Amino acid sequence: MIDVAGRRVSRHGVQIVAIWAVLTAIAVPLIVFVLGPHLPPGRMSAEASDQTDANTVLTALMAPIILIVAIQIVYSLVVFRARGDAIEDGAPIRGHDPTVLAWIVLTSVIVLALAVWGSYTLVQSARGAGGGQGPSPADLPKGGKTPLPIQVIGQQWAWTFRFPTYKAFETRQLELPVGKVIAFHVTSIDVTHSFWAYELGVKADAVPGVDNVAFVTPRKLGRFTIRCAELCGLWHGHMALHGRVVSASDFDTWVAQQKAANAQIIPDLGPYQRVYFPEPKHRAG
Amino acid sequence: MVMPPAVAAASGTPGNASLTLQTVASLGFGPHADWVSYLAKNPQGKWVHSTNLVVPANSLIHVTIYQYDTATGLRNPFWGEPEGTVGEAKVNGKAIPILNPDLASHTFAIPELGVTVPLKGVADNAKNQCSLAPCTLAEAHNTITFTFRTGKRGTFRWQCFVPCAAGFILGFGGPMQSLGYMDGLLHVV
Repeated sequence: MIDVAGRRVSRHGVQIVAIWAVLTAIAVPLIVFVLGPHLPPGRMSAEASDQTDANTVLTALMAPIILIVAIQIVYSLVVFRARGDAIEDGAPIRGHDPTVLAWIVLTSVIVLALAVWGSYTLVQSARGAGGGQGPSPADLPKGGKTPLPIQVIGQQWAWTFRFPTYKAFETRQLELPVGKVIAFHVTSIDVTHSFWAYELGVKADAVPGVDNVAFVTPRKLGRFTIRCAELCGLWHGHMALHGRVVSASDFDTWVAQQKAANAQIIPDLGPYQRVYFPEPKHRAG
Repeated sequence: MVMPPAVAAASGTPGNASLTLQTVASLGFGPHADWVSYLAKNPQGKWVHSTNLVVPANSLIHVTIYQYDTATGLRNPFWGEPEGTVGEAKVNGKAIPILNPDLASHTFAIPELGVTVPLKGVADNAKNQCSLAPCTLAEAHNTITFTFRTGKRGTFRWQCFVPCAAGFILGFGGPMQSLGYMDGLLHVV
């Protein structure tokens, strides 16, 4: 036992705390400044940035907790391991009220702080949820910005995209203009899929008969990955493609190309609707 | 998952190969005799119950599909426009820029290669409809022809986009979820 601030404290306790403090002081800055920029999903959109920030904060907060547990285990294995053949009882374990109290208070503060911060992020920046807000979004884009609606249609096993602003043409490719608020209207015409635009921070369920609206604001030019995140049948793993965030002028050019390429099929597509209920035809059903 | 036997495309002039397929409303044999299915013709001219196809890389693949099944209809009319072909897709020798979605019986689609061709179904009241695979040219059918180009080597899935599985919820179960029936692999070698 040694004296710390006038109290008798176990030498082992002081050593464990010292090791923990040093490793925490090293680990947290490394997580925030080195690992953080590489945590998913990145910063291709405002929503993705929110999620990356959340992942960074959570990882940084977890580090000291993981470290204290890991250090205790390793310290015990090294220092308190059995030596020789004799099997002896260890020292009796007695409660230590200040430690228990500190643990309860500290963990409560961390959990409550995360709950407040998480709720704030969700409400103030609901775009960050990325999972869609259902058919009647409560949190609309800030500043009265009018989003560009793009319908995402899941089907076994492909994604197609409809652009109601542009004669409701439909395409298998997805390009988005940078800096523009996008309103994905995610739905399905068969089973449940999940539209996961990874780098954009969007993972919205595509449910038959539901118009699930998810807002996103692309910030960077480049390619993003689209996958299905809901097991949906034989070729679920193949429901993948790449989209692109392009400049406004490139987007206009692309739209013109797609409208021209789809000119013949547009009349057969039927009117744009928020959801589709295709009836089983002939023998199917 | 049972992998059907591989069926190679018939080789032609350098840079060309031919695939011959047929679709039938019910296979007529095997563990799922009543399932809708594709069959492939091997280079020896024999029909094989398989959707496991082998084609050469960097080549033009000339496809002929004998379509013996009746129409089911596309759930998404978007797939009614042939895409990704070299030249036009034809039904019985006539080009089809767009197929009425209600007339589609199946599609032959290789999504990763951007190839989609809708297959026009036989009329419901057609005489002499095929009831047992392999069907013969004497039975009611449509002949769909098209060509697509392969690139580098790889394995790609191909599938039908028409919910054509009779007796399954929304027509999407059973043969629509099974290799050897309405789904297959295209090995580009």
